[in-house]
Amino acid sequence: MSKEIKFNEETLTLINKIINRYPVGKQKSALLPVLHIAQAEFDGWLSPETMEYVASLLNIKPIEVFEVATFYSMYNLKPVGKCILEVCRTSSCWSRGSEDIVQHLEKKLGIKAGETTKDGMFTIKTVECLGSCGGAPMLQCGAAFHENLTIEKVNSIVENYRYEGKRKSYTDLDYKNTL
Amino acid sequence: MGKKILLEHINVPGINTLEVYRQNGGYASVEKALKTMAPDAIVEEVKKSGLRGRGGAGFPTGMKWSFLAKPEGVERYLVVNADESEPGTFKDRYLMEKIPHILLEGMITSSFALGAKTSCIYIRGEYFYVSRILEAAIEEAYAAGLLGKNILGTNFSHDIFVQVGAGAYICGEETALLESLEGKRGNPRIKPPFPAVAGLYGCPTVVNNVETIASVPYIVMNGGDDYAKIGIGRSTGTKLISASGHINKPGVYEIEMGITVEDFIYSEEYCGGILNGKKLKAVVAGGSSVPILPADLILKTEKGEPRLMSYESLSDGGFATGTMLGSGGFMVYDETTSIVKNLYTFARFYHHESCGQCSPCREGTGWMEKILHRIVEGHGKHGDTDLLWDIQRKIEGNTICPLGDAAAWPVASAIRHFRAEFEEYINHPERIKEVKHLQELVS
Repeated sequence: MSKEIKFNEETLTLINKIINRYPVGKQKSALLPVLHIAQAEFDGWLSPETMEYVASLLNIKPIEVFEVATFYSMYNLKPVGKCILEVCRTSSCWSRGSEDIVQHLEKKLGIKAGETTKDGMFTIKTVECLGSCGGAPMLQCGAAFHENLTIEKVNSIVENYRYEGKRKSYTDLDYKNTL
Repeated sequence: MGKKILLEHINVPGINTLEVYRQNGGYASVEKALKTMAPDAIVEEVKKSGLRGRGGAGFPTGMKWSFLAKPEGVERYLVVNADESEPGTFKDRYLMEKIPHILLEGMITSSFALGAKTSCIYIRGEYFYVSRILEAAIEEAYAAGLLGKNILGTNFSHDIFVQVGAGAYICGEETALLESLEGKRGNPRIKPPFPAVAGLYGCPTVVNNVETIASVPYIVMNGGDDYAKIGIGRSTGTKLISASGHINKPGVYEIEMGITVEDFIYSEEYCGGILNGKKLKAVVAGGSSVPILPADLILKTEKGEPRLMSYESLSDGGFATGTMLGSGGFMVYDETTSIVKNLYTFARFYHHESCGQCSPCREGTGWMEKILHRIVEGHGKHGDTDLLWDIQRKIEGNTICPLGDAAAWPVASAIRHFRAEFEEYINHPERIKEVKHLQELVS
């Protein structure tokens, strides 16, 4: 599974485009977006090697990358499943039944929240408010928001992801389809 | 139907595209501002409009703009706060997803007023798909000559980019947002200096909420006085309300400020009443940080007057009997809701989101979560309610940023209005599992 930690030319072009948004010398501003890209390209998590690589790309110290990667909840610092099922559990999602959704997922996948299935397909993660309270209860997987969840809906979501068998990342949406 | 400013064209098919948006009068404010108005005249109109920050604090926007320092030869920035992370709030996501161009139009016009050559939308990382919608809209705007060099043939040039965050509520605090935008941890800065003097990269910066900036085109087109006539008193204009919880019609509604809370909850035009015909127990009216109010106090003020959806009416009575409009994150709880359990979800949230800089917040939020956890699990100790009260008092006002207050207020208000429920949990843990209607039991 492990591959060389190096972006291809296409990705490097994209990263340069991002860096050029900022004034000269402020390339560190690109750190958050670049970490998202790195996570998507290198197996869904940020290994120490990946973080060092990103530091070298942005000409900053590795510690500057580590301190950021450990601060934000969307960066994974250990290997995760291909599909991270992020279930919101804050107030409105809780009041509309998020605990039942988590329990059902735990039973269905045979793991606890925070764990990954043996086949590496799914990780269950409980998260705080994702700004989808009007569609409560909800879960996020990659860029997709799944709202107004019912047990049946959760079942079909899980089965669809299993059938697809692909890694889901926040970054993998083709925006041109949204217009 | 009340006045609609932001969502007037929400149901027009294709309103997310530049073409349809322009057919419906979109970008007229850019044309008007750049070709016929002086930057300071726009600031004056915004001041006259009485527009207040829609992110939660309600600070007058025109005044914020007038604080912007303008030293010669130094860049100025406009940063749009799209980090929408306050539990119960999802209005900006809705607006950006459905009508991305209204935000871009507001940004171009506002940047002209502020003299900013570059502006940025800082959007929470979880809204990645929305960032792509915004980027597509930006691309359209560049192609149409509404962004880039010499916009519409004028001397004004402007660039906009979108920056995604990576999961941190604290980055909604404006100085934490700027830190994050500079590629750092989202630790709020000590103020002063304020961003208006030293913001992004140390340059003068205005940080405004999405909804605030999206309101600017209307003000430029119709004048500040016209905007100020909408709404009630010092709560001018319209407000997007994110309605969720135990209601029949969760969603985002644009209201003219001044309608009654009762109308908002029960009318078919808005929330459509309580889910499954149950009774209303409590409401958090402005996002998780504002005090929770029981049904009688959210519907009527202590004086017995109908409570209105406005900054002033919602805060009538102070924290003793009132609350705040905040971000407009309106969460409704029916009679079966456990206020203590709900509070536990808030406490867990604030503990998770504390940046850790200030001891009272870092330690206090964790402590409150721990106590509430043991209470809801049936292991509460006598004195825990007083202990919670004591801890929240020691957090409030003792931190660099308002997250500490935001963590304290929900705890204080839940105890203030629902103390008996805490005691029920602590004194009769054996009843917790079977009790559904706690309020009925203890009243």
